[in-house]
Amino acid sequence: MIDFELEPELAKGVSAARQFAEEQLRPISRYYDEHEHENPDELIDRMWELRRENIFSLGLDPAAGLRTEELCWGDAGLYLCIPGPALGGAAVFSSGTKEQIGKFLGNFNEGRPKWGAMAMTEPHAGSDTAAISTTAVRDGDEWVLNGEKIFVTMGKRALEDSDGFVVVWATVDKSAGRAGMKSFVVPAGTPGMRVEKMEKKLGIRASDTVTIVFDDCRIPFDHILGSPEVKKTDKAGTKGFKGAMATFDATRPIVAAQALGIGRAALDFVKEELERQGITIRYGVPRQSLTALERDIMDMEASYKAAKLLTLRALWMMSQLQPNSLESSMAKTKAGLAITKITQKAVEIMGPLGYSRKYLLEKWMRDGKINDIFEGTGQINMLVTARRVLNYSREQLK
Amino acid sequence: MIMSMVREFAGDEIRKVYRECDESGEIPGGLVDTAWSMGLVSGSIPEEFGGGGGDRSLITGSLIGEELAWGDLSIAMHVLCPALFAYPVLEMGTETQKKELLPMFCCDTFRPASAALIEPRFGFNPYALSTNARSDGDDYVLNGDKCYVPLAADAELILVYAQQGDGVQGFVVERGTSGLKIGEREKNMGIKALATYELSLKDCRVPKYSRLGGQEGCDFGRVLNCSRVALSAMAVGVARAAFEYSRDYAKERVAFGEPIASRQAIAFMLAEMAIEIDATRLMTWEAAWKLDRGEDATREASLVKAYADDMALMVTDRAVQILGGHGYVREHPVELWLRNGRGFYAFDGMAIV
Repeated sequence: MIDFELEPELAKGVSAARQFAEEQLRPISRYYDEHEHENPDELIDRMWELRRENIFSLGLDPAAGLRTEELCWGDAGLYLCIPGPALGGAAVFSSGTKEQIGKFLGNFNEGRPKWGAMAMTEPHAGSDTAAISTTAVRDGDEWVLNGEKIFVTMGKRALEDSDGFVVVWATVDKSAGRAGMKSFVVPAGTPGMRVEKMEKKLGIRASDTVTIVFDDCRIPFDHILGSPEVKKTDKAGTKGFKGAMATFDATRPIVAAQALGIGRAALDFVKEELERQGITIRYGVPRQSLTALERDIMDMEASYKAAKLLTLRALWMMSQLQPNSLESSMAKTKAGLAITKITQKAVEIMGPLGYSRKYLLEKWMRDGKINDIFEGTGQINMLVTARRVLNYSREQLK
Repeated sequence: MIMSMVREFAGDEIRKVYRECDESGEIPGGLVDTAWSMGLVSGSIPEEFGGGGGDRSLITGSLIGEELAWGDLSIAMHVLCPALFAYPVLEMGTETQKKELLPMFCCDTFRPASAALIEPRFGFNPYALSTNARSDGDDYVLNGDKCYVPLAADAELILVYAQQGDGVQGFVVERGTSGLKIGEREKNMGIKALATYELSLKDCRVPKYSRLGGQEGCDFGRVLNCSRVALSAMAVGVARAAFEYSRDYAKERVAFGEPIASRQAIAFMLAEMAIEIDATRLMTWEAAWKLDRGEDATREASLVKAYADDMALMVTDRAVQILGGHGYVREHPVELWLRNGRGFYAFDGMAIV
């Protein structure tokens, strides 16, 4: 049966997230935009206290998407500061053994706030993840990592501010290409790993984005996620790389949900302002009699809704354990496009109110842009969607 | 179950003849009867009036509308045309109206009936019609002009929407009522197989009991919303047909040594087409779901209709573009889908599920 209603228990979590966003995130949103790299310690402690409540819990179902949307409606940068295993956790979950999941995530909820991060991008390898040059060389019971990772979201908090970990993608055999790509868990405090540069960004400034350098960094052999074997015969892609892609199938709709939160924040702002001015949007009236403003608002609303329903569908399929690679890349592609369009249009419509830092709208335009970039740029997502729509391999559609 | 029947009908029966229908402007009666025998409309009429007694569901209706329109839009609108009359009566008619008017839609043969909403003027607004109904003794007197009335020439009954004070009401007008004049068959850019007509109403008198819903009148907003959901579902069907055809073509057509689908310029167009088709379908279902729960869905229905209008044009135009010169000739169906897909901007209240 086709149904668009959330079970009451799940709906409660969504409204709790909404309340938290309104009361705890919005009031400090501007402060942490203007004080980049400052730690919202109090907020982090509060979020840590509430970690067992159904507000911040990760999850891969429509309710998790809706909670994410609400929190990012509050502030997308602060949302990323929520203590937890985050992307690193998703990687461990999708490619780790039972023992590894227990070892790295088992006591994540204990003690002080902790973060997990994922390190993929390198200075010379962005969307082309197979071109990474960080190496992992086996030496007895250990792996030795060397290389540099950039744009690691929440890397500082995971590795310097807490006893978290980072999942690092490295190659064990360069000649094997994709087949040689493996992921490794590196816990905070491992010698030979250091956090270097903190990026200054266009938006989501409350979150940290860092460079991590590995200099003969040694980790135990069993910190490799998935099999250490390199299967060169398996040309199309191997388990290791597929692990990364499986992670993306899970995380892309969540990133899309983040975009939705920012988009709705912008939409709500515009609609409230119009209401204050006594301007009503006449739904149902034929197009030719609408004002340009009404058309814009309706376009924004419809593309928000389109992105939202695609996102919820991808999450729903995941919760039903159905393969969703096509649907999750569709959701991310649409959400990235929609958010960019919605926030930019909102700034345009509001004129001086849109451009002024007195209001949050300009910030949302800056924040929103990240959703068209991280977890795959809009173009890469379009490429992935196209391959899946056409049932083409990467060789058939480059 | 009904869906696999409809899918088969669209794939096997409609797709066999639709091009010929577009060229000739005629839809074979046998095809219409076959569609009718599936009970697409009568299925949700209560048993006491002779129907199948199933629930009326806009979700199911959306699925059927998409599938039929995937087959062909003209044929879809033709076979579902009686619903334009039957569903508003079913939902909003008085007991007497239901008893009198619904049984004719429960017999084995297709009985043409229709509804007249659109008016032939710039700035047409369904909430503020020029056609009006004046009360005069025991009658209402209707005056005004209508267009895009499907099957009007054959329809035994037409539900005419007219302004009455602040609101819009529906009036049952029988064929042959004096003052009702059915014009020439219209010639349109698309939906060429569907016979549509202009109507003029000059002091056309109907008895008071023929107002839909009697004293209480009808919920015209809901009629319009149901229609917008139906048209959005059909837009998805037309777009999906064009998408599938151009996708398959792009994978076969070789240029510069490889299929054109392996170029991003083509592949990205197809990816976006797929995304927008799915998004529109989900929005259609959401609005349908709300209407099925009896809630007001004016916002959802009008948003999805506007979105579907744009989507249908974008997708069908790109399908023509992907086929290039071959898309422009009538040997391939994509030009037909572009002409049909372009119509949704102008269609309002021309289909209902």
